[in-house]
Amino acid sequence: MKTLGYFPGCSLEGGGIELDLSVRAIAKAAGVELREIEDWNCCGASAAHSLNHSLAVALPYRVLSLAESQGLSEVLAPCAACFSRLKGTQVRLTRSPELSQRMQEVVQRPYQGGVRIININEFMASLLEAGLAQKLTRRLGLKVVAYYGCLLSRGQDIVTGDDAEDPKGMEAAIRAAGCEALPWNSANECCGGGFSMSKTGAVLDLSQAVLDEARAAGADAVVTGCPMCHSNLDMRQLELVKRRRVPGALPILYLSELLGLAAGLEPVALGLDRHFIESRGLVRGGV
Amino acid sequence: MARIGVFICHCGENIGRTVDCAAVSAAAAKMPGVVVGVDYKYMCSDPGQQMIRKAIIEQKLTGVVVGACSPRMHERTFRAAAAEAGLNPYLLEMANLREHCSWVHSNQAEATQKAIDLVRVMVAKVRRDRALRPIRVPVEPTALVVGGGIAGIQAALDIAAGGKKVVLVESGPSIGGHMARLSETFPTLDCSQCILTPRMVEAASHPNITLMTYSEVASVEGFVGNFTVTIRRKARYVDPAKCTGCGDCFNKCPIKKIPNKFDAGLGQRRAIYVPFPQAVPNKPVIDAAHCTMLQKGKCGLCAKVCPRGAIDYQDQDRLEKVKVGAVVLATGFQLWDHAAYGEYGGGRLRDVIDGFAFERLASASGPTGGLIKRPSDGKEPQTVVFLQCCGSRDDKVGKKYCSKICCMYTAKHAMLYRHKVHEGRAVVFYMDVRAAGKGYEEFVRRAIEADGAEYVRGRVSRITRRRDGKLVVRGADTLAGRPVTIEADLVVLADAVVPRPGSEKLAQLFGVGYDQDGFYSEAHPKLRPVETAAAGVFLAGACQAPKDIPETVSQASAAAAKVLGLFAKPELEREPVIARVNRTTCAHCRACISACPYGAAKDFDIVDRAGKILRAVADVNEGLCQGCGTCASVCRSHSVDLDGFTDEQIHAELNAL
Repeated sequence: MKTLGYFPGCSLEGGGIELDLSVRAIAKAAGVELREIEDWNCCGASAAHSLNHSLAVALPYRVLSLAESQGLSEVLAPCAACFSRLKGTQVRLTRSPELSQRMQEVVQRPYQGGVRIININEFMASLLEAGLAQKLTRRLGLKVVAYYGCLLSRGQDIVTGDDAEDPKGMEAAIRAAGCEALPWNSANECCGGGFSMSKTGAVLDLSQAVLDEARAAGADAVVTGCPMCHSNLDMRQLELVKRRRVPGALPILYLSELLGLAAGLEPVALGLDRHFIESRGLVRGGV
Repeated sequence: MARIGVFICHCGENIGRTVDCAAVSAAAAKMPGVVVGVDYKYMCSDPGQQMIRKAIIEQKLTGVVVGACSPRMHERTFRAAAAEAGLNPYLLEMANLREHCSWVHSNQAEATQKAIDLVRVMVAKVRRDRALRPIRVPVEPTALVVGGGIAGIQAALDIAAGGKKVVLVESGPSIGGHMARLSETFPTLDCSQCILTPRMVEAASHPNITLMTYSEVASVEGFVGNFTVTIRRKARYVDPAKCTGCGDCFNKCPIKKIPNKFDAGLGQRRAIYVPFPQAVPNKPVIDAAHCTMLQKGKCGLCAKVCPRGAIDYQDQDRLEKVKVGAVVLATGFQLWDHAAYGEYGGGRLRDVIDGFAFERLASASGPTGGLIKRPSDGKEPQTVVFLQCCGSRDDKVGKKYCSKICCMYTAKHAMLYRHKVHEGRAVVFYMDVRAAGKGYEEFVRRAIEADGAEYVRGRVSRITRRRDGKLVVRGADTLAGRPVTIEADLVVLADAVVPRPGSEKLAQLFGVGYDQDGFYSEAHPKLRPVETAAAGVFLAGACQAPKDIPETVSQASAAAAKVLGLFAKPELEREPVIARVNRTTCAHCRACISACPYGAAKDFDIVDRAGKILRAVADVNEGLCQGCGTCASVCRSHSVDLDGFTDEQIHAELNAL
């Protein structure tokens, strides 16, 4: 059984718990052990890098160092923001021996640089390649749009192997689940990100634009890998529905949920009952 | 007995500021064999040269050392002066006191000592110089021009007008190149066809020009003055000698819907076709990949309808050898593929087109007869967005360089669009407007002021297609400092200019250098802009760098002048710095033959009077040898030496240090 380091981050223990449930479930179905990094700390996302550059590197540095000392050479960070912080720090450390030296003094821990960080899209692609594709027996037959937002498409050195302006990293997995990935215009547009609380109005406008494009493309659901995108499109959609700014509710699924459904797992086990927008009806025959 | 003269140049302050030139000339005067040691402010000037000439005659000098700049700069100048005074020019050597000394040092005492050392080294060398005679090679007074666009046509016509023969090779079925595809030309709005097609006819009918269309260079042998080039005459399946160009064949051909590259894919052609009605020669070819007769043996309609029996399905590629003395490469350019920009639709949006497609839409002979209609639904666009620098000045996705012609043709496009669609809106996104050229800035101002093109300074971040077919163009107006969104019906991308595919392979055949982008390298960016590092091979047009028509034509004429200069004498003189084989000691191990990068070292049989082979040795072809010395360094028996740089001379130079 393959073992992979696992960094849940705060989101997967809170608002994005469905992502945690579904990633763990699909990993189990694929026969991969996820070993949570012991004593992990906050990655610093959204707050640290706008306040203190040293802190913004020191927090992920400690996580990387812990993973290395616990013998985890590859770590999955399902949350897009955690992935971006961890991989971004890894890239910066590789480029600057001085920074590595300074961080070693600040954090008082060594790090040799031997940990590879992967995101949810890369994880799903690797599971499919390793045989998960054969276990996806429930053909879902949905028309969906793949929504990458910013952190799963941008950062040329961070999201490697995909085109920032025309991302495709989810499409193979969507097709493997028996779904169609529709071409659309908002794959890497902004959902409003971390302004959900401070500038809710702007987030509503941006999320509405994404939802409008998805509907115009003819999608049954939006598939995403980012808990921030999910909360803006799912939770904030309630407000849009209430104010009749959108014609109806559009389910927002995590990529791991989509694959879990295709693997025949129970929607509740994947956390589908926790969404603000009802999405259990997507599976033929309901739940 | 050696009588050496040493002449030290101050080069104004270039050398004199750092090196004590008087001390150097005084030290040189004391070196063994030196009879004259003087210094002067500008040795390359007429009084300076006169000083050298006078000393050669009066002091009966047997050798001269000039301590001045790099030999690349003035060796030729000083050697000519020595020759005028009756000294063999190869008995004059230069000590580089500028690039190798004064420019790279700051301490005067140390620099002066180094200068003295450099002079001593060259004195040691010049004492062992032998008088050399320039090598003469005969010249075949025929030129090969590769590429039948405006650059190749112009070069061919100019060479032909000079009375020399030209072979003009073009890979496509017709000459004319990209210029034949243009609607009008900046900055005068001349109709491109009207100024080009008469030249195409002239090139085809000129008695000195042999036209080889649908042909490519297959291989190259030989050297300047004496190239043998093998041309691949691709199978046309139509005998041009029988064909009258009546057009019965391509009007009847049932394979109709092949996108015509000439029309940037907007128009369609048949499997047997001429690319455009004004083609030269106006004789069709069969596109074997699409012809059902050639693919499956079914059809044969064109052969049935041809009144002259010109169709030959058995036609094959033929190889033809031509002997030429000089070559002009004029292979031109193509547009970069904007599919690499995902944010502009990744090549999937039909109404996002490139500059050539817009040219064809605006051209009276284009697929729409000169009406601006967008490809998706044939409607007349009411708002057109033009986007400059698409792939240019972008080293992340595209190219680092500026493609030079786009500012001007975009202004022309905006102008032509406004002339054709009076109520339409033309919006141009630009980074900078680079309109350097005669009448160019005025032209752009005219597009803005008289023709109402809206210029927005900024980049476009995304182009998306809305369900109603509108293209939503989002970008930044950096002068107003705010984002802009424009709902357009058509977007024209000014794609970067890049070399033609296969241009690198062609450069390798001719031994011509090219840069990281594949553009051919000139011998010197300022002083030898049409020559290449390969002697006898010249450049014209956009194969060297992005160029507009006036610049291309100028360079083509310059290349032609260089060719005519080369052909002006029946023989060529070249530097005698070449390798020589000592036949008595050569063991014929063939190490030099396999090491020679120019194919100049070859086998040679020593025969007796009866023609019986006595012994085989290595030999060096004087015409091909470039004097690199590789053979001399690999020779195990020291049987190869380089004239002007013999082992003895090099050792003497080292010992003098």
